[in-house]
Amino acid sequence: MSSAFEYAPAPESRAVVDIAPSYGLFIDGEFADAAGGKVFKTVSPANEEVLSEVAQASAEDVDRAVKAARKAFEKWSALPGAERAKYLFRIARLIQERSRELAVLESLDNGKPIRESRDSDLPLVAAHFFYYAGWADKLGHAGYGADPKPLGVAGQVIPWNFPLLMLAWKIAPALACGNTVVLKPAETTPLSALFFADICRQAGLPKGVVNILTGDGSTGAELVAHPDVNKVAFTGSTEVGKAIARTVAGTDKKLTLELGGKAANIVFDDAPVDQAVEGIVNGIFFNQGHVCCAGSRLLVQESVQDELLDALKRRMSTLRVGDPLDKNTDIGAINSAEQLARIKALADAGESEGAERWAPACELPDSGYWFAPTLFTGVTQAHRIAQEEIFGPVLSVLTFRTPEEAVAKANNTPYGLSAGVWTEKGSRILWMANKLRAGIVWSNTFNKFDPASPFGGYKESGFGREGGRHGLEAYLDV
Amino acid sequence: MPTTVPAYGKEAAGRLASMADVTASDGALRRFLHGLPGVDAVGLQARAATLGTRSIKTTAKAYAIDLAISMIDLTTLEGADTPGKVRALCAKGINPDPLDRTTPKVAAICVYPDMVATAKEALTGSGIHVASVATAFPAGRAALPVKLADTRDAVAAGADEIDMVIDRGAFLSGRYLSVFEEIKQVKETCRREDGSYAHLKVIFETGELQTYDNVRRVSWLAMLAGADFIKTSTGKVAVNATPPVTLLMLEAVRDFHATTGVQVGVKPAGGIRTTKDALKYLVMVNETVGEEWLTADWFRFGASSLLNDLLMQRQKLGTGRYSGPDYVTVD
Repeated sequence: MSSAFEYAPAPESRAVVDIAPSYGLFIDGEFADAAGGKVFKTVSPANEEVLSEVAQASAEDVDRAVKAARKAFEKWSALPGAERAKYLFRIARLIQERSRELAVLESLDNGKPIRESRDSDLPLVAAHFFYYAGWADKLGHAGYGADPKPLGVAGQVIPWNFPLLMLAWKIAPALACGNTVVLKPAETTPLSALFFADICRQAGLPKGVVNILTGDGSTGAELVAHPDVNKVAFTGSTEVGKAIARTVAGTDKKLTLELGGKAANIVFDDAPVDQAVEGIVNGIFFNQGHVCCAGSRLLVQESVQDELLDALKRRMSTLRVGDPLDKNTDIGAINSAEQLARIKALADAGESEGAERWAPACELPDSGYWFAPTLFTGVTQAHRIAQEEIFGPVLSVLTFRTPEEAVAKANNTPYGLSAGVWTEKGSRILWMANKLRAGIVWSNTFNKFDPASPFGGYKESGFGREGGRHGLEAYLDV
Repeated sequence: MPTTVPAYGKEAAGRLASMADVTASDGALRRFLHGLPGVDAVGLQARAATLGTRSIKTTAKAYAIDLAISMIDLTTLEGADTPGKVRALCAKGINPDPLDRTTPKVAAICVYPDMVATAKEALTGSGIHVASVATAFPAGRAALPVKLADTRDAVAAGADEIDMVIDRGAFLSGRYLSVFEEIKQVKETCRREDGSYAHLKVIFETGELQTYDNVRRVSWLAMLAGADFIKTSTGKVAVNATPPVTLLMLEAVRDFHATTGVQVGVKPAGGIRTTKDALKYLVMVNETVGEEWLTADWFRFGASSLLNDLLMQRQKLGTGRYSGPDYVTVD
């Protein structure tokens, strides 16, 4: 929207974060170079600036890290729950104290707007540690037996869309239950996990309880396949999830997978329109659409289609795309060139298959990876953009006439992570929630997270739950 | 400051007339108002809060501060008001910062009907409007003829704008048509001898209406009855203008404009005291209804103490230093 009231740039200061030119692997409480000496660069997707160089962990490094975690497990798991809680509370408080620094770092490395890393990610990261700190001495009351035991060493592989938040989802319950961890952050966003390693040291966490290995997919594969890992937790693409399931099959490793999604955001004709529009925007454009539970399929009741789409387009025209560190930015950069290429390819497929493409007029920066918020109307279930996860700011709009049809279309996907229902009718919300095959059904809201609320998928969206009391099960021998 | 009262265009009047059947009976009006989209309170408040996090700095801030000053209905509504006090307020409205003559004028001076003539005289030639709260302000608990007489007096005394209060009791008991008729009659009473109209602002006292659904309904009700502006509150109750209520009213005028072609203004009033708050409201206007509403013709602040904070922030932007309360005038 061009206006006489143009907001002047309001960039958050980079001075609050001190990024070293290179980082080693965090094994047994120390930073060390990779055995093979290999390194790779991590860049800011907003301008392709090299931020730092990190070590590429090899099989040898994975083995060292698992051994360190195994050794630390004996003492860590023997600690009374209340003692483990003290460490977790300390970590949570340190995250809060350093939240501004971590938010800037996350926006630099990931490309997400500072508004989201500051207001969404970091508060949730701290909340997860606080929440699971609270469980550490109450495991006997979680419904998994009087004295549930930890599993041992957890090998955890996390994605690039919420680097620090996914770390928190993985590490907090694992430590609360008495496990030790070896975690591999995504190749394109390794920095916040390395800063977290520093927080572990600051908190005086015993050596070897948390180990961070940076690297690419091969490092993840080594970690998942390591014979002395007792539990594998993965969040990422369905394709990689399937490969991991094959690797783990036949071993006694426990496995949880949190994979892709193609959520339906269903708007009925009696919905609170203005809030539904906000929910649609939040559902698909939050974090540039890099959200596995994103509401990427809008199912709108035919009778209000025109009205709703007009309102949605008007609202999309006010979205501000640009510098992730600007406090007024709504949509930041696409995380990598590779991801941008995938989004472009799928959007082109949408067009060539006959859907109508629309995007607001917006100027994109010259360098870095950018994609304007985009809407496709006239989409049918047969289109690729209605079936495949795009993982970008692209919304496919479909219509329905009856609640039954909405349910049928919403469930007609290989995925089942989340869904949204917008209606003023409470009975319909409950009816829909029972019918929708999705791990989460939001009503009159979307993309809301809370540590106390379990999260996970149906079908190809994976299995196991993270968060809440349910999230403990994945890290206990039950 | 344009001084023309926005007249309905021919086409717009036609479109509004086509909505006449919704006000044909109490039942029709109820069905229409209750058929408006619902409001999800949590979502509305979340959106208002998000809009409140926009960071307005440097040039944008300077622009917004001047804009906010030009949108103020500088108000004194006290039993103890004297002609001297009103004249002082008028002088301040014309020349808000005696130390900086580039400071814009306010939009209007808002007084009780008996002070209209005084204010009108004090503002001669300034282009600043005189707004008057009529219709048994602030409770609105008087017989209709009394309210109309109140309005007629104010208009006769030269008021450019009439801020009327609705009968909240009638609205809450579901007598929508009665509220509608009352607004229509007051609007008719705003007619001057020369055929022009004083601008009509309809005050809802949203703090007393309790629910957001009520706020949307009453907004449409007032707009259908011919309100030129819709205004949150009197400033005389515990809960006055809030960001969510103002956002909701902006959404209502936006939708009304899209439906009928008639543009209606919005005025949050009461409790807006700081520059920071005022800027949040301007962001809300900018991102909800857009640039078209970003003038004193279509958006106003009902405030008495906001102006001094805006002036202090303005001085700070100009000099790089904060001054203090002694560098702005007390009345």
